[in-house]
Amino acid sequence: MIELISPAYILIAAAILIGLTQGYLRTAIVLGAPLLTLVAIWLVPDGVVTTFSFLGYQIEPLEGSPLRRLFATIFATMVFGGGLYAFRQARWYELSAAYAYAAGAVGVSFAGDLITFFLYWEFMALFSTIVVWCGGTPGARAAGIRYAIMHLLGGIILKVGILGVVISTGSVDVRPMLATDFSTWMILIGLLINAAAPPVSAWLSDAYPEASPTGSVFLSAFTTKTAVLALIMLFPGEPVLIGVGLYMVVYGIIYALLENDARRILAYSIINQVGFMVCAVGIGTQMALNGAAAHAFAHIIYKALLFMSAGAVIYRTGKGKCTELGGLFRTMPLTAVCGIIGALAISGFPLTSGFTTKTMISQAAADQSLVTVYFLLAAASAGVFLHAGIKFPWFVFFQRDSGLRPKDAPWNMSAAMVLFSGLCLLIGIFPQLLYNFLPYPVEYQAYKAGKVLFYLQLLLFSGLAFFLLLPLMRRTLTISLDTDWLWRVVLNRVAEAGYEALATTGNVMKARVGKALAGLHEIAERHFRPRQKEDRERQGIFAQTWSIGGTALWIAVLLTGYMLVYFI
Amino acid sequence: MNDHQKEEHWLVRPDTIRLLWKVFIAVLVLTVLAQLVIGVKGYFGVDGWIGFGAAFGFLSCLIMVVVAKGLGFVLKRNENYYREQPRDD
Repeated sequence: MIELISPAYILIAAAILIGLTQGYLRTAIVLGAPLLTLVAIWLVPDGVVTTFSFLGYQIEPLEGSPLRRLFATIFATMVFGGGLYAFRQARWYELSAAYAYAAGAVGVSFAGDLITFFLYWEFMALFSTIVVWCGGTPGARAAGIRYAIMHLLGGIILKVGILGVVISTGSVDVRPMLATDFSTWMILIGLLINAAAPPVSAWLSDAYPEASPTGSVFLSAFTTKTAVLALIMLFPGEPVLIGVGLYMVVYGIIYALLENDARRILAYSIINQVGFMVCAVGIGTQMALNGAAAHAFAHIIYKALLFMSAGAVIYRTGKGKCTELGGLFRTMPLTAVCGIIGALAISGFPLTSGFTTKTMISQAAADQSLVTVYFLLAAASAGVFLHAGIKFPWFVFFQRDSGLRPKDAPWNMSAAMVLFSGLCLLIGIFPQLLYNFLPYPVEYQAYKAGKVLFYLQLLLFSGLAFFLLLPLMRRTLTISLDTDWLWRVVLNRVAEAGYEALATTGNVMKARVGKALAGLHEIAERHFRPRQKEDRERQGIFAQTWSIGGTALWIAVLLTGYMLVYFI
Repeated sequence: MNDHQKEEHWLVRPDTIRLLWKVFIAVLVLTVLAQLVIGVKGYFGVDGWIGFGAAFGFLSCLIMVVVAKGLGFVLKRNENYYREQPRDD
């Protein structure tokens, strides 16, 4: 039965075969496997499909639902787009790791129990680290290690939470809960670490821009969005998430505004966009959860598109900083146009996918009369246009003429960008195509004249603000400190101080021990020093020669003493 | 138009940029004026006022840029900052 095969296995098989094959066969696997996975995803029916017992727990590796299929669909679509973008440029082990990483994401989507969920979750952490390392630079290696430490830590916290929940409820089922006790808090924190929530958001903007131009396209899609899916499945309506989401939204904008590296700008804007989704999960109504799911779907496409556009520029020029780029629209028109479409979509411009999905979240906030949340999200929508919608294409493709005249993207990269640009517009113009597949019935009209006008005003005046405030946004050769400063610098210094303290203590102890040993040596000499020449005076007391009579007497005394002790 | 300008891409010629600014400002004015014809039904009253979206968008961006600029004085470091840290990277 084909229904019994988890779609994740297809991608795992593909990841292995990519390493074993070459040439056209490998290309066929790279492009064919995601399509086959898509078919398998849509063959998964609702409800638990496969189940078996393990250590007394009911394991459900494959459970279908509209929400799970929606996320798995976008993950598989992403693998196809990423594979198309990367297959001629990326090395085989990067592709292989990326496919295994995606398999983890698809596996998480269909995991019906927490044990399967956790296994695929760690699978993702493992292979995403390898994708980061495929950046191949010393910076990528160091960032990969920091990335792995953060995700292993998150994994342990999640594991502690899962064990606690399993022990207290006796069930390993994936089902909605609220953060009410230690175990559920641990699960929530474990999930939020993968969502790049504060205070550890820095792992994302640290690692993703260090990957290769092709690697960061894959990285942008899976980890944070599986976290969003997990939050929808496990913590819908958890009020803490509203605050966390709003913080992420603002954090992403501020840091992106300060940033100089083009891909790091995009990385910060992932955190910003995931903030919208996390906030929606916190609101927790059907409209909000629909909005979170739809926005994740649209986000994966336009964010991958933006990373593709930035990746093509880096691939052609070898440069990724705003201060080094500019004026590339002359020779990279297709990359520029696709980048602009992605930028408009992330800003939620009418007729793009972002508009039809992000406004659902705002609507959900308004429906619940969450005034502050609504206005903060509206302000953030303006901010997104500022930091990603204009800033990214402006500094990369326009601003001044950098003198660079690179060729436009290679054909396969262009094809992937055109495909994803098309999807951005398709969902923007015909939102019903996406709405039909959302977890709850949708009675939402994306396009009302008044609403379109409101957002046009909001966005266009943000554009005006951008150009008027350009002098305030001059790019500098800088990075911005984040909480990771605490472990990259402070912890380092603490460790160094500790090392120094240990070294000092060691030296002191060495001196003391030396002194003590010298003392002992003196005592030993006093008692055991053998006769040297005629120097009887300095002979040790036990090293002196004794007469036979005296020795016999002492032995007799000892034996008597022994017998006395024995009889008493 | 001098020779130097002719060599430049049409999109970056000062004439074009001036024209783009004019078109942009006209569009901005239009989006606000359009509210006289198309009513914006706000959720909370205030967001239905004429030009609210425009003012809100502009002011939000202004605040965010200023806040970012201010934080930049505290948070910005030379891009080799971490590489200069001992035993990192």
